[in-house]
Amino acid sequence: MTSLTPDARPSPRGELFAGARDQLPFLLGVIPFGLLFGAAAIDAGIPPAAAQGLSLFVFAGGSQFITVGLVHQLAPAWVILATIAIVNLRHALYSASIAPHYARMSWRWKALLAWLLTDEAFATTIRRYRRPNLGTAHWYALGSGLTLWFAWQSSTAVGIAVGAQIPPTDAFGFVVPLSFLALLWPSLTDRPAAAAAILAAVLAVALADLPYRTGTLAASLAGITVGAVLEARRPTIARDSSGA
Amino acid sequence: MREASLWWVIAGGMIATYAGRLSFIALIPAERLPGWLRKALRFVPPAVLSALVAPELLRPFGPLDISLENTRLLAGLIASVIAWRLRNTWATLAAGLLAYVILAGR
Repeated sequence: MTSLTPDARPSPRGELFAGARDQLPFLLGVIPFGLLFGAAAIDAGIPPAAAQGLSLFVFAGGSQFITVGLVHQLAPAWVILATIAIVNLRHALYSASIAPHYARMSWRWKALLAWLLTDEAFATTIRRYRRPNLGTAHWYALGSGLTLWFAWQSSTAVGIAVGAQIPPTDAFGFVVPLSFLALLWPSLTDRPAAAAAILAAVLAVALADLPYRTGTLAASLAGITVGAVLEARRPTIARDSSGA
Repeated sequence: MREASLWWVIAGGMIATYAGRLSFIALIPAERLPGWLRKALRFVPPAVLSALVAPELLRPFGPLDISLENTRLLAGLIASVIAWRLRNTWATLAAGLLAYVILAGR
């Protein structure tokens, strides 16, 4: 991601394309994930319209896959709904993290960019906000979000249409975690950030069996807390300004 | 599940997910957050991404697996070295996938 920095005075159009371009590597994970989701949904007996509806209206891949699994297991609707809500609670953390940068935007922009706030779009956009020329940075967020949105909708549609002909391939299943890994490393800007990541990793592994994937959320909150505590205890001089 | 209840799940899932995404952006002005919380928010990317990725590498099939047999872990370590040295997303994904395919063929 060394090529992220746009020209000295980026135009909205340039930002839009930069945001889109920076998402291209992640489509290696998103598109197979969407294909598999569409195929798995049909396989679980979900009607095509509802399968596409999940992508269109929920637009959160991890929770959509869990939904397919729960429908297949004939889980009651309220259990599925509770699971979607809890798995997607991490988006509130993204929302809080990016909110100061969006504070002065119009409500339309806020509503739109919030709709497009996915894992990958969040992680790249928050890095965009560490670079100069913030006046046009929301166009970068829009380019990132729309690219992922189109890739997710179209790959879901193809997965629904092609269905069982798509073989679940291990390597493709690995690309999404690999994408998160590629996003994780640049976020380790200093010791408190590294400590936050290490504690979150250990706890997430230890708590992976908790119901509704609450372990991910608990581990994230613990990591954020330890990062903040360590930073507060550091001498002011040593504190760097790399924070987002 | 009947199709009607499936659409209720989709509607509810949409509201719950969008509410989370919109929460702080729309409802709570950044200036209202206490200073310590605003400072803590910069740890959201390292903590959340790490919590999402670590179980995928260390517990690929459920139980903890720290061994040379764990293809995801080895490929993830190789990808991490590339990510750390080169700071390039394409190179990281290519190295990780290539390592995975080669190691899975062992």
